[in-house]
Amino acid sequence: MVTPNVDFAREIADAGGAEVKMCFQCGTCTASCPSGRQTSYRVRKLMRQAQLGLKEQIFEGEDLWDCTTCYACEERCPRTVPIVDIIIALRNMAVAEGHMYEDHKKTAQSLYSIGHTVSINDKVREQRKALGLSAEPPTVIANPAAMAQLKKILAAAGFDKIVE
Amino acid sequence: MAKYAFFLGCIAPLRYPGIEKSTRVVCESLGIELVDLTDASCCPAPGVIRAFSRKAWLAAAARNLALAEKMELDIVTICNGCFGSLFDAAHELNNNPENLAEVNEILAEIGMEYKGTTEVRHFAEVLYNDIGIEKLKASITNPLDYKVATFYGCHFLKPSKYKAIDNPEDAHVLDDLVEATGAQSMPRMQKMMCCGAGGGVRSALGDVAMKLTKQNLDNMVEGGAEYIVDICPFCHLQFDTGEGELGFKLPVLHLSQLYGIAMGMNAKDLGLDAHKVPVTL
Repeated sequence: MVTPNVDFAREIADAGGAEVKMCFQCGTCTASCPSGRQTSYRVRKLMRQAQLGLKEQIFEGEDLWDCTTCYACEERCPRTVPIVDIIIALRNMAVAEGHMYEDHKKTAQSLYSIGHTVSINDKVREQRKALGLSAEPPTVIANPAAMAQLKKILAAAGFDKIVE
Repeated sequence: MAKYAFFLGCIAPLRYPGIEKSTRVVCESLGIELVDLTDASCCPAPGVIRAFSRKAWLAAAARNLALAEKMELDIVTICNGCFGSLFDAAHELNNNPENLAEVNEILAEIGMEYKGTTEVRHFAEVLYNDIGIEKLKASITNPLDYKVATFYGCHFLKPSKYKAIDNPEDAHVLDDLVEATGAQSMPRMQKMMCCGAGGGVRSALGDVAMKLTKQNLDNMVEGGAEYIVDICPFCHLQFDTGEGELGFKLPVLHLSQLYGIAMGMNAKDLGLDAHKVPVTL
């Protein structure tokens, strides 16, 4: 017998995920999910696991990361549960406990070091120049002082611990 | 003359600079003035970075919004991811003094403040709402006869409770924009489906992303499409880099590139040579 973990539901809400108890398990989400059509990911099941506070099951499986955040489920939810916010909150909680794919860590490190999620290279610089654009876009990538500022606020928000 | 702060994001300037270039040229000829949002960063990405830390995501997004606010301009994006992040962040901050105060505590560390006044727009919706279909039709000098699969992506229209742009189950804005060039929008099953790339799925679980991409491509071909027109460089990347492996060869054009062609832009200026799937005009 599983006992609902009320504290876990509250943690989700505090992490920006709103009320997971609003879900009444109709399954419209699962039926709408393009990722679930290709994988074992089931939105309804994830919402139930969240309601019951089955933290290990949620954090240790792949399902939580199969969501593309397409909002198909949320658009059709008859209870208007902010499903994507709940998934984002669950992911935040999982990451805080060290559950993170290496490739995701690389994306995070890229933001933290150059301010963008993809790198720049000479091929791109040449393509840009051939188009009459500046070799580097006029973003933080071209201004170390602005990059330092971005890094400072990311660290202030705790992002430095995620990229470690 | 409409004037916006031009938010570049990551994939367009760093992988498909032709999208950036054609947006600049198309906007100029339509009388939309784009001012570079200098020193901006990644939006940051709504499905990955926000999934790691909502707090860091909101702080970095607020910095981007504050840069535009300082210029007294609203933001225009050419990417659904950037639009999703910045629109959502603006929604959270512009209507909620508590959230705003919290994020300003972080911004204060670098001497910045966000007052909560920046609005966030998407290039496609700016064309549709600011310029309008009739004026767009009049700007076409090279009418196109392409059979197009319009690709809306996800974060342009959803969550629709905040974004009142179009019906996310049966949208028409992009189809109208494509057809204004003379091209034909072909019908297909699951038209509003995700490309597969979002939410960090492309980077960590690439095979899952590709399965969604293939489903989309099968539907497009079955519907008779010969080109894909997107409004998001990330969807653009997913299709353009995925098609070879999946055995498809539909040229992938961002809406700005389609308009570039239809307005008689030089093919070289559209940056189509950076595409993996060859584009012949």
